[in-house]
Amino acid sequence: MDQNERPGSVATRGVPLVAVTADPLDLLALTQELAASASADGAVTSFAGLVRNHNQGRRVSYLEYEAYEPLAVRALNLIIEESRALWPTARLGVHHRIGRLEIGDASIIIVAASPHRGEAFAACRYMIERVKQIVPIWKHEHFEGGDVWLEGATADPADEAARETARRIACA
Amino acid sequence: MRVTVRLFARLRDLAGSGELVRDVATPATVETVWRSLVAEMPDLHVYERTMSVAVNADYAKMSAKVNDGDEVAFLPPVSGG
Repeated sequence: MDQNERPGSVATRGVPLVAVTADPLDLLALTQELAASASADGAVTSFAGLVRNHNQGRRVSYLEYEAYEPLAVRALNLIIEESRALWPTARLGVHHRIGRLEIGDASIIIVAASPHRGEAFAACRYMIERVKQIVPIWKHEHFEGGDVWLEGATADPADEAARETARRIACA
Repeated sequence: MRVTVRLFARLRDLAGSGELVRDVATPATVETVWRSLVAEMPDLHVYERTMSVAVNADYAKMSAKVNDGDEVAFLPPVSGG
């Protein structure tokens, strides 16, 4: 029997640290991928964003996520670089889902590993704040009675004020 | 020269297509491409102050030069996460 097929083993090899995918997200697999090279790390934190059944007074039926995929992957990698400059000991993984998502589905998962908990929590929080600022992904909300494209921030990776806002939230 | 225009989210809905091929005069910038698009589809202009732009899947400025074969993307404010 091949070692990879051993019953009960979890194949985490090949899990990318950055992904934009239509497949369901697997927080455990991403965590194991980061933890596999984490013998110097004493902390792993994670964040999962879920599709909520209500938004701004509307009863949400489901969401459709759209991405400009190559730029979304590039922006996610840019945020990882920014995080590394702020918290050099933290390592990050992030997967964003696209396509139709039902209530309760995970739309994003983020995992951070570091020697101590402070950097892992901060890097994880920084990633989600920056995703909302600069990653070209959009929610198309389908609610009872209609649908609407949600629009948040004008994406500008060079905007220092936005970056500083994310850093401040991450360190709060 | 010929460029591919990519439009996303509500901009795509307004244009009725997420990908358009357009001929533009040389030399051109992102702004040149945007102006010709708005001339063709005036509804798009509501995004002029809030959108971001990209050339060949990299964020760019409206003043960025555009070359033959480039992909120019117009992006409404983002709402991922």
